[in-house]
Amino acid sequence: MKDIVILGAGTAGTLMSNHLAQKLNEEWRITVVDQRKVHHYQPGYLFVPFGVYNEEDIIKPIEKFIPERAVLYQESIVKVDADNDRVHLEDGSVLPYDVLVVATGTDIAPEEIDGMLGPHWHQSVFDFYSLEGAVKLHEKLKNWEGGHLAVHIAEMPIKCPVAPLEFAFLADAYFEERGMRDKVKISFITPMDGAFTKPVASAHLGHLLEEKNIEVVPNFNIMSLDGEAKKILDYEGKEVSYDLLVTVPTNKGAEFVERSGFGDELNFIPTDKATLQSKVKENIFVIGDATNIPASKAGSVAHFEGEILLENVLRFINGKTLSSRFDGHANCFVETGHGKALLIDFNYTHQPVSGTFPIPGIGPLNLLKESRMNHMGKMAFKWIYWNMLITGKHIPFVSAKMNEAGKNLEETIV
Amino acid sequence: METTIAGQNINLNPEGYLLDLNQWNPEIAEHIAQEEGIELGEEHWPVLKFLQEQHRQEVALSIRKVGKSGIVNIKEFYALFPGGPLKKASRIAGIPKPASCI
Repeated sequence: MKDIVILGAGTAGTLMSNHLAQKLNEEWRITVVDQRKVHHYQPGYLFVPFGVYNEEDIIKPIEKFIPERAVLYQESIVKVDADNDRVHLEDGSVLPYDVLVVATGTDIAPEEIDGMLGPHWHQSVFDFYSLEGAVKLHEKLKNWEGGHLAVHIAEMPIKCPVAPLEFAFLADAYFEERGMRDKVKISFITPMDGAFTKPVASAHLGHLLEEKNIEVVPNFNIMSLDGEAKKILDYEGKEVSYDLLVTVPTNKGAEFVERSGFGDELNFIPTDKATLQSKVKENIFVIGDATNIPASKAGSVAHFEGEILLENVLRFINGKTLSSRFDGHANCFVETGHGKALLIDFNYTHQPVSGTFPIPGIGPLNLLKESRMNHMGKMAFKWIYWNMLITGKHIPFVSAKMNEAGKNLEETIV
Repeated sequence: METTIAGQNINLNPEGYLLDLNQWNPEIAEHIAQEEGIELGEEHWPVLKFLQEQHRQEVALSIRKVGKSGIVNIKEFYALFPGGPLKKASRIAGIPKPASCI
């Protein structure tokens, strides 16, 4: 009997367990470790503050999606002993492995910012990257009478880098629909040099911020938060006062990564960006937000990586070279409010450009352009997520590697 | 866009960042630094070197990473490259501007 152990049963871990269950023969035992009981549809967090989804709409039991032949351990992870190929769990169990797949993702770490946690947390300072934060923010917004809403990114990298911008767009539409947009000032505070940082996206989408009357505060690297005075300060002495701060705090990888001694300063695991093999040891692979690769931290990336990683794990256990190469493909809907959305499709080498998706020249979805169809795509995606994506089924027309056809790649030539 | 800096032909993107780190040399760095209003001194070079090393290892850069490098802390990084340290230091080091996905 040989053992493959998967750490984490979120998007990446669950889809890998299903991929592997379909391909590995009975000689292999598949073990999945995750202490949580519920699987969250994380793209749904964005909609919870605005009452589009409630908590029950976006959670299901974890075990429902783990393949029957796999063993599920609901324990927290103490550490990985890479030298001896073992995982140590909180209850004292030790899981030996031949191959380890780390899929423990990333989570917010508000404690990393001086003053962010305190009596003001989930009172006047909120996150929407946790279900708890999103639900509490919904309660707050329902009764809020207006003022300065500051949407804030602490530092990069963060999970789903477009979500803060989507939040600002949806907030604009939400307050407008409630007839109180004139009572709300919305600003977008980012450590980058603008809300859009890629030239083509900037050219296509820059107008949205002005149209929606969202003020951008660029190059703001937060040093501390003063909850009593309701202001954030950056390293250069700049200050922004707020009435309601919606922040995306520092994102970090799982704590056991630090205890195992192989993460970077944010507990992300050094990983080969093409093969997804860790740089820690050859029998450790990493998928999804847990890696340090220069791809977006997003469910679509985990999904595309899944097909590549399956191929490479199979090659590894058969003693072959790892020939399947991930190209950094990401595909994300970007909500812009009032029932419209954009779609972006990009990889390591190509920034998002305009065009059609998934069928070149036909669509039906438009890239880098607002449409109702894109919004319907985003809402339909929840069904695809639960029924196809995490269960390891192939999604028609959508390939792991980015399709260059149907894209106006000449836009990037300037 | 092709241009000549310090007597050498180099390729820049529209925002003035080098497209190829192999074309970088200290004279070019000094020239770009002047455009950014920075006079490069002894303390700047180890930071630039660190950024280049990280870039070659394909590691995404952040202010925090520089702050934990052991070379400078975040306040010192700001003092060396005032007004957007990562953005300016990256340009001077000849590596791409830190960017998000769109």
